[in-house]
Amino acid sequence: MSDWSLVEHFLHTDPADVGCDGAMAVLEVYAELTHADPAAARTRFPGVAVHLSQCGPCAEDLTGLLRAIVADEADS
Amino acid sequence: MAARAWPYDPKVPAPGVDRETLDPDSAEWLGCLDQAAADRDGCLSRLHALMTRAARRELARRAAQLAVSGPELDDLAVQSAGDAMVAVLAKLDQFRGESRFTTWVYKFVMFEVSAKIGRHQWQHHAPSSSEIDWDRLPDRVGLGPEDHAVQRDLVRAVTSAVEQDLTEYQRSVFVAILIDGVPLEAVAHGMGVSRNTVYKALFDARRKVRAALVAHGQLGQTEGRTP
Repeated sequence: MSDWSLVEHFLHTDPADVGCDGAMAVLEVYAELTHADPAAARTRFPGVAVHLSQCGPCAEDLTGLLRAIVADEADS
Repeated sequence: MAARAWPYDPKVPAPGVDRETLDPDSAEWLGCLDQAAADRDGCLSRLHALMTRAARRELARRAAQLAVSGPELDDLAVQSAGDAMVAVLAKLDQFRGESRFTTWVYKFVMFEVSAKIGRHQWQHHAPSSSEIDWDRLPDRVGLGPEDHAVQRDLVRAVTSAVEQDLTEYQRSVFVAILIDGVPLEAVAHGMGVSRNTVYKALFDARRKVRAALVAHGQLGQTEGRTP
C-alpha cells in the first residue's frame, strides 16, 4: 500500500456497516456462529461482519466473547 | 433456536422466549432466575460468580490496555460483573433464546469491561491540548518520510475539509480519535455519549473528508481507486 491508497484506507467507510448498536444487538448470536463456522456468521450477518472489521471496540468485545465461550467449554 | 429476520431492529420489542426451544442449561438458568423460583438467591449467587469469573478473565486478557494490576484490576472486574448483572436482570425478558443464556450474559460482561477500560483510558489519555497537531496526520495515515509531497497535500486537504465540512462535534471526534489517537471507547466516556454515537460521528466525518478529497481530485470517486 502506498501514498494515496493509504489515505483511502484511512478514510474508508462502508455503507453496509450496521454500527455499534446493530452489532451489539446480535453479538452473542454472531459469536456462537463464529465459534462454529466463521464464514456462516459473515454470511448471515454481513453488515455486522463489516462493522466488526472497522470498529476496534466491538471487535474487542467479540474476541472476549469468543474467549468466554472457549473457556466455558474447557470448564465443563 | 428460533430464527429471526435480518436486518434486526433492536428498537422492536423482542417476543417472549419459548423455554421449550432452549438448550437445557439456558432453560435452567431462566427457571431459577424466575421471581417465584425456590432457590432464586442461590441462582443469583451462581450467576454473579459466573459473571465475575468472566470479567476477571477478560480484564486479565486486556490488562495491557490499562495501567493497573493486582487488586485494582480485580476491583474493576468485580465492578464490571456487578454492573453487568444489574443490566442482565433488568433485561432478562429481552433474552431471545437465539444463543445460550450464558453467551448472552457474557455480552453484558464484555460491554461493562470495555466501558471500565474506556473510563480508565480517558483519565490517562484524554487530549491535553486544544491545539490540533496536524503534523501527526501523516504518521497516523501511515505515510513514510519519503512521501513528502503527499504528506504536504494531505495535511492541507484534510485540514481544510475538517475545518469547513465537519460539524463541531464531528471535528472533535475526528481529531480525538484519528489525530490524537484517543481510543474510541475513551472518547465516548469523555463526551458522555454511547460508543455508537461516537462511531457514527467518526463514520460521517470520514465520509465527508473523503468526499472533499474526491472533489479536489486527490481521491477517486470509487473507493479503492486512486486518480
